[in-house]
Amino acid sequence: MKMHFPLNAALFALGLSLGATAIAAPAPASFNQVVADKGRIDFVFKQMNVPIEGHFRTFKTDLVFDPAAPEKSSVRLELDLASIDAGSSEANKEVVGKSWFNVKQNPKATFVSTAVKPLGGNRYEVAGTLTIKGKTQTVTAPVTVTQQGNTATFDGGFTLKRLEFAIGDGMWADTSVVANEVDVRFHAVAARSGAAK
Amino acid sequence: MSPQPHYSAPARWAHWTTAALMFAAFPLGVYMHELPLSPLKLQLISYHKWIGVGVLLLILPRLFVRLTRRAPAPLPAPAWQQKVAGLTHVLLYVLMIAVPMTGWLMSSAKGFPVVFLGVVPLPDLVGKSDALGDFFATAHVTLNYTLLALVVLHVAAAVKHHLFDRDATLSRMLPALARAR
Repeated sequence: MKMHFPLNAALFALGLSLGATAIAAPAPASFNQVVADKGRIDFVFKQMNVPIEGHFRTFKTDLVFDPAAPEKSSVRLELDLASIDAGSSEANKEVVGKSWFNVKQNPKATFVSTAVKPLGGNRYEVAGTLTIKGKTQTVTAPVTVTQQGNTATFDGGFTLKRLEFAIGDGMWADTSVVANEVDVRFHAVAARSGAAK
Repeated sequence: MSPQPHYSAPARWAHWTTAALMFAAFPLGVYMHELPLSPLKLQLISYHKWIGVGVLLLILPRLFVRLTRRAPAPLPAPAWQQKVAGLTHVLLYVLMIAVPMTGWLMSSAKGFPVVFLGVVPLPDLVGKSDALGDFFATAHVTLNYTLLALVVLHVAAAVKHHLFDRDATLSRMLPALARAR
């Protein structure tokens, strides 16, 4: 009998949780179906104080966002650095090179979230590690989530200091020509799991 | 011979300032264009744009001076020369506007806005477009070489009047020369 008690308790707990799951079943599932072609990663940098806009064309986003348990949300981004559009063809040829992204050796940049904190309302703060050119830094970004039916859009941004990742070293390290700060903005769209697209 | 009236001080100031800006911007433009991409190139491009905007900013007070203070009457010369001189001056005014404007348009079309002196952002005149960018680049270069030809003619005429005709054409714009003679 002594041996049965824990088993019974476990079965009881299982039954409870199954029951809870059954009751909670209609509750909305989390958003995790990323609509790849709606995502955007844009950036603005200043060159001689002139704002130049650019973006990345190829990246893969995996995310899970549960409005009921936002702190359990996570995002992982893998970005193809060679897909950069830095504003002009001349710049595009330059920035894949050694002193900028050195894409031959470091073709990808990654962001992996480590924590998601609700800031109130539909705003959250995502913290994570950003790795570019073999250098990893912690970044945090406020994100605004807009839910509409079975889709949610995620908008946010942060300021990246390019020299922390040795992006543009050597002669390009002069921040009076190309500013250290790069404003990065991201936009992602995800549908609920199981939701018809 | 009574001394010829010369151009007013504001007119002379605007003329020589514009001349100095042009003589800086033109070779700078040719030189920076040939440079491989580097911080220096980006700096020079910005300086070139600032100088061009300077020429453009000067054109309004210049036209105002030209229209409110009469230029001295033309010195005696064959009618065709006066005609050519008049036409050259009109074209120079047109190019003083058209050359910086095509540069500005090219900057807008190529997605590199102009920020005058690194402080004052100028509005983009057209949206980003490779086709427009190439068009205005060609226009900018073509108009610049037209401007160069006209400036050569303008300077050659001034030198010819000063050294060979020994008249007051040049000293009207540069009174120091008249006193020196």
